[in-house]
Amino acid sequence: MPLTQPDISREIAQEHEAYISSGAVRHHPSRGYAPYRSTVLRHPRQPLAVVQDPEAVELSGPAFGITDVTALDADLTRQHPGEPLGERITVTGRVLDRSGRPVRGQLVEIWQANASGRYAHQGDQHPAPLDPHFTGAGRCLTDDQGRYSFTTVKPGAYPWRNHANAWRPAHIHFSLFGTAFTQRLVTQMYFPGDPLFAYDPILQSVTDDEARERLVARYEHELSCPEQSLGYRWDIVLDGPAATWIEEGR
Amino acid sequence: MTLLPTPSQTVGPFYGYALPFPGGPEIAPAGHPGTLTVHGRVVDGAGEPVPDAVLEFWQPAPDGSRTGAPGSMRRDQVTGGHLGRDGVTFTGFGRAATDADGRWAVRTLPPGGVPYLSVCVFARGLLHHLYTRIYLPGDSTGSDPLLASLDPDRRRTLVAAETAPRTYRFDIRLQGAEETVFLDFR
Ligand SMILES: [Fe+3]
Repeated sequence: MPLTQPDISREIAQEHEAYISSGAVRHHPSRGYAPYRSTVLRHPRQPLAVVQDPEAVELSGPAFGITDVTALDADLTRQHPGEPLGERITVTGRVLDRSGRPVRGQLVEIWQANASGRYAHQGDQHPAPLDPHFTGAGRCLTDDQGRYSFTTVKPGAYPWRNHANAWRPAHIHFSLFGTAFTQRLVTQMYFPGDPLFAYDPILQSVTDDEARERLVARYEHELSCPEQSLGYRWDIVLDGPAATWIEEGR
Repeated sequence: MTLLPTPSQTVGPFYGYALPFPGGPEIAPAGHPGTLTVHGRVVDGAGEPVPDAVLEFWQPAPDGSRTGAPGSMRRDQVTGGHLGRDGVTFTGFGRAATDADGRWAVRTLPPGGVPYLSVCVFARGLLHHLYTRIYLPGDSTGSDPLLASLDPDRRRTLVAAETAPRTYRFDIRLQGAEETVFLDFR
């Protein structure tokens, strides 16, 4: 018999209680988080090997530049001859390191479902319509203040097969680079007030309440374009060490 | 440190039309005589292939430079499509998605000054990426501080096997008896 939402919600509550009573602070999800069933066979059981080497290659990282993006890459509504369906939105914010320094000139990549909650991917079997005018992939480079900005449509919620009647809240996938490979981040941005938050084991895998809040964008009326689009702001803070010598260079 | 980090989330199953790019695994300039092939599989705790993982590679240039270079994913200014690498510049960065059997392969140049390629693993079902290193067998692995700090049984999982001249095999086991050593940078 397939697992039901009450089964999964009970597990989510247990994981949350265990986190609170541990007294620890954990910003990232635990890789073994049973309510998200696909983690069970896909997380290491051995402790990670600690690397404390100022010469580690991973304290530097790849560079991207004007050859790697075109102006249209940041506007997901203009990548096809016709207009995509859905609510136009701007998503913007800054990419910072943990010291608050802007991450400049680095690559931000996003991907998302269309307004109906369907990905332009043949593995997506959700019987919602594909949109011939929307692919849902974008990229840009951060500016000198670490800012990124995308124009897109608000993605729809979609079902998945973690358990019976599992639905993902609307989200945009983000991929970010810092100055160091150790700062790499792939994550998901959510929309404020989504009623599906409590049911979703992927969002709830972040068991720290404040950390989970940091995955939710803020609606910002000033970011709307009149008679065109609504605006959301989402700042991103990259974790992980970088080489101190890079601070001067970038 | 003052700001709190944005938490990680899984790359999910549908990154395939956004992250992989043509020429992503071709880190070596086209036709370079020093090219090495590094290949392997990603498998889960049951030994089953992971067909929806994406691997990223980062390494110094053969001269030891770690600054990297733009141009890994050059875009066509006319069509907006992928133009591919320029065939000349060594950017130090590669990206390869696994196939339906969990297999991947990259072609690159030997890293300068260190005996390893750095790897970052993303997958559906992996809520936070994992780092590892592919050590190329040779004399310089003997003095490597990370390898020296590991039990011999665990150390083996980080060293690629030379299966043919200039061809190395490296499997990534996310869990289980021969689980790959994954890294935490402090
Ligand atoms: Fe998704």
